[in-house]
Amino acid sequence: MTIIDNTAAAPAPRSADDGSTPLLEVRDLHVEFHTRDGVAKAVNGVNYTVNAGETLAVLGESGSGKSVTAQAIMGILDMPPGKIPQGEILFRGEDMLKMPAEERRKIRGSQIAMIFQDALSSLNPVLTVGYQLGEMFRVHQGLSKKEAKAKAIELMDRVKIPAAAARVNDYPHQFSGGMRQRIMIAMALALEPDLIIADEPTTALDVTVQAQVMDLLAELQREYNMGLILITHDLGVVADVADKIAVMYAGRIVETAPVHELYKRPAHPYTRGLLDSIPRLDQKGQELYAIKGLPPNLLRIPTGCAFNPRCPMAQDVCRTDVPPLFDVTERDGGELPGRRSACHFWKEQIHG
Amino acid sequence: MGRYVARRLLQMIPVFLGSTFLIFCMMYALPGDPVRALYGDQAIDEAQIAAIKQSLGLDQPFMVQYWNYLTGLFQGDFGTQIASQQPVADVIADAFPITVRLTVFAFLFTVVVGITLGVIAGLRPNTVVDKSLLVLTLLLISVPSFVLGYTFQYVFAFQLGWVDPNVNDPENYGQLLLPAVVLGSLSLAYVARLTRTSIAENLRADYVRTAVAKGLPRRRIVGIHLMRNSLIPVVTFLGSDLGALMGGAVVTEGIFNVRGVGYTVYEALTRREGSTVVGIVTLIVIIYLVCSLLVDLLYAVLDPRIRYA
Amino acid sequence: MPEALDTTAKEKLPAAEPATVPVPVDAKPEKARSLWSDAWDDLRRSPMFLISAALILLLLVMAAFPGLFTGASPRDGDLSNHYLGAANWTNFFGADWFGYDVQGRSIWARMVYGARASILVGVGVTVLVTIAGTLIGVLAGYFGGWLDAILFRLTDVFSGIPFMLGAMVVLTTFTERSVLVVVLALAFLGWTTIARVARGSVITIKQADYVTAAKALGASTSRILFRHILPNAIAPVIVVATIALGGYIAAEATLSYLGIGLSGVSWGIDVSAGKDQLRNAPHVLMMPSVMVSVTVLAFLMFGDAVRNALDPKMR
Repeated sequence: MTIIDNTAAAPAPRSADDGSTPLLEVRDLHVEFHTRDGVAKAVNGVNYTVNAGETLAVLGESGSGKSVTAQAIMGILDMPPGKIPQGEILFRGEDMLKMPAEERRKIRGSQIAMIFQDALSSLNPVLTVGYQLGEMFRVHQGLSKKEAKAKAIELMDRVKIPAAAARVNDYPHQFSGGMRQRIMIAMALALEPDLIIADEPTTALDVTVQAQVMDLLAELQREYNMGLILITHDLGVVADVADKIAVMYAGRIVETAPVHELYKRPAHPYTRGLLDSIPRLDQKGQELYAIKGLPPNLLRIPTGCAFNPRCPMAQDVCRTDVPPLFDVTERDGGELPGRRSACHFWKEQIHG
Repeated sequence: MGRYVARRLLQMIPVFLGSTFLIFCMMYALPGDPVRALYGDQAIDEAQIAAIKQSLGLDQPFMVQYWNYLTGLFQGDFGTQIASQQPVADVIADAFPITVRLTVFAFLFTVVVGITLGVIAGLRPNTVVDKSLLVLTLLLISVPSFVLGYTFQYVFAFQLGWVDPNVNDPENYGQLLLPAVVLGSLSLAYVARLTRTSIAENLRADYVRTAVAKGLPRRRIVGIHLMRNSLIPVVTFLGSDLGALMGGAVVTEGIFNVRGVGYTVYEALTRREGSTVVGIVTLIVIIYLVCSLLVDLLYAVLDPRIRYA
Repeated sequence: MPEALDTTAKEKLPAAEPATVPVPVDAKPEKARSLWSDAWDDLRRSPMFLISAALILLLLVMAAFPGLFTGASPRDGDLSNHYLGAANWTNFFGADWFGYDVQGRSIWARMVYGARASILVGVGVTVLVTIAGTLIGVLAGYFGGWLDAILFRLTDVFSGIPFMLGAMVVLTTFTERSVLVVVLALAFLGWTTIARVARGSVITIKQADYVTAAKALGASTSRILFRHILPNAIAPVIVVATIALGGYIAAEATLSYLGIGLSGVSWGIDVSAGKDQLRNAPHVLMMPSVMVSVTVLAFLMFGDAVRNALDPKMR
């Protein structure tokens, strides 16, 4: 497995980081779940890097392993049944999988934070939001209850919750969905971490609210110069905020590219399928494309390329050989930085 | 919160009336005849029966009798023992403190041991510890309390001689220990199982995952985030359980000779003295209803979603 | 025991089970198995189920044909067989296998014949409360409105009375207590749990899309009730009923022990009769105690196994 090349990843990282060690580097990560029906291989050799100030969008259907990878980075996988048989997760060059539990805990929340999809169930229903926000300061910085509450109000102001001081003692169920998601964001931002992982942060929200929440997230990210991993299945969300994209399928990265390149010239049939299934105004009256078939069963991943049963251009080789992550180049061999594709026929895809 | 309390109090009125009415019906409307039952197999003197009935107001129409019974309850009148003509309230006054002591003892035992075991097992689902608790509770639930009572009495009192087989001094907590353990054991099994399930379920809840992601230390995650949510159903159960414990006291107090209300009921049952049974059962039903009301209020304190609903 | 029945409702039938491995959201097995066939697959492999089923089968046979197990009579005593120290532990299935009781009756014979009363009461009460409880719960849950208000309040009233105490009050008014009387008394107070469970699951199912779809297609009320709602609401009811069965058997034994249960042959009566000789002849009390406990245990394990297999939350 190769490592995603980040040295010249399209829009150069906004930070002044010298680039010698990326903020986060995932190397050949494998995750499996031992269930009573067998071993589900959720992640099979994922590599990616994120630099400070950079946004990586991880795209894929449910079951592609995108959330599991994030949980492994965060250290919140349920183990058992989850297991990480191999791989490394380097944070500032240090492998977090080898760290003692206590050291890892201190990184969680203060240096790497996570925003979850469903804010209602992710917030504790019986504690006030002020308490839950303030807890970050009390645990990681040892502030008093009173100071923590003041900080919580400040945070709620930052994420633009109206009348923060009046609402700090309210419970999660008393807020609207959008406001709750802002509270989740505030909680992740509390200690100004270096990296935020947002796992489908807007999926549960109304479309108008989605835009507001995404804008807020992007704005805060710029302000704090944080690295952001944005996990989503929605290509629409990604275009405006991400710097680069990794597309996942059946626990592997099948294509990586700087964001706009991917939209222009996908190099993998799966990515093409995803792009074609976005409704577009200029296709009015035509039938909307859909990738046929179902996502693979992780207990029995197809041999060869995992996408072959659903791929419109599958050949014999696709059913037998697992395609490595090829470097994608221009027709004349010119370099296309940051572009890779795990398709035997990437040339036909991008240039055909 | 105020509205919730008011609504809950209002809801209790029909339940209270209904439950007392039901007990009343059982006593007076079912095929048996409490005064006749008094005679057992002896020859029946009709004139005497009529006299007793009249003195107790049993010759009056059904609804009038219910009204008398109900108004009596509000004045602390739980009826009259048919045999001795002694007010049941007097009998209760002597016996009640003893049962309260025993029940509270059993209750504390249930809460402390049950929740502790449940938490220990719930935090380690599917381990040996968890499975042993499952087996232990299954055994406790399937052994009826009279069997458990005699087994304990036989082993700890007769064989090992650690404790007295009977409670001579109900002030003595050492003597009350064995009956309290027997009385509490069934509830203990339920509390342990309930806590265990609740903890194991909430352990997988999203908000616990959030708490981990926040980098909180484990004891804070368990002690603050997990516990409070998990104990809500346990508290609900415990409220309904106090009434059940008092009911169970009938068997336990009988075995260990504790002179409480349970023993009085037990005696009354063997002497076939219905009015004493009904009087005491009514009292226990009232206590039971008050407990469930208190628990509902406590529930609202613990769970803000109820409070602001 | 009895109050056990109340609790099952309150904990919405979880009690305590090995939470099976949570399959990650990202990994759903593709094959769709039906609830019942899947449950059966689970049951066949569960040792708890196999042991309890074997025990229950044995008890059923014992209840139906007690003559197969002993030649002795449970009622005719011979005072010359006075009970102390007369047990002959190696004479398997003989009249004196476990000795004789205070009346000189074979303890073994009384244990065998006692099974019938326990099983009849347990099964009888369970059948009655399941029918009554399901009916009331389904009506309240499906039609809602004032009918629900009345029925639910009624359920509250009945569950306001502790089960055992209520049964004591009911039974004291009877002088002759046959199996039928005990069954009716227990069922009279015991239906509320099932009613709550049935009501709860009907309310959930009522809102399911397939019910809405059936309504939109113009299905009649009875068709919706019997074809769509009932079959789906019945699983939790069966789980609660199976577990409750053991509780009813314990309740019968307790009431008989208190002298207000059955008038005939019953394990509870034997425990009560043996208690005065606990110090000298513990086996007189222990044998019927063991029978009650094992019977209740068998039904509880059975119920637990069925619950594990049927409760989709556990998979």
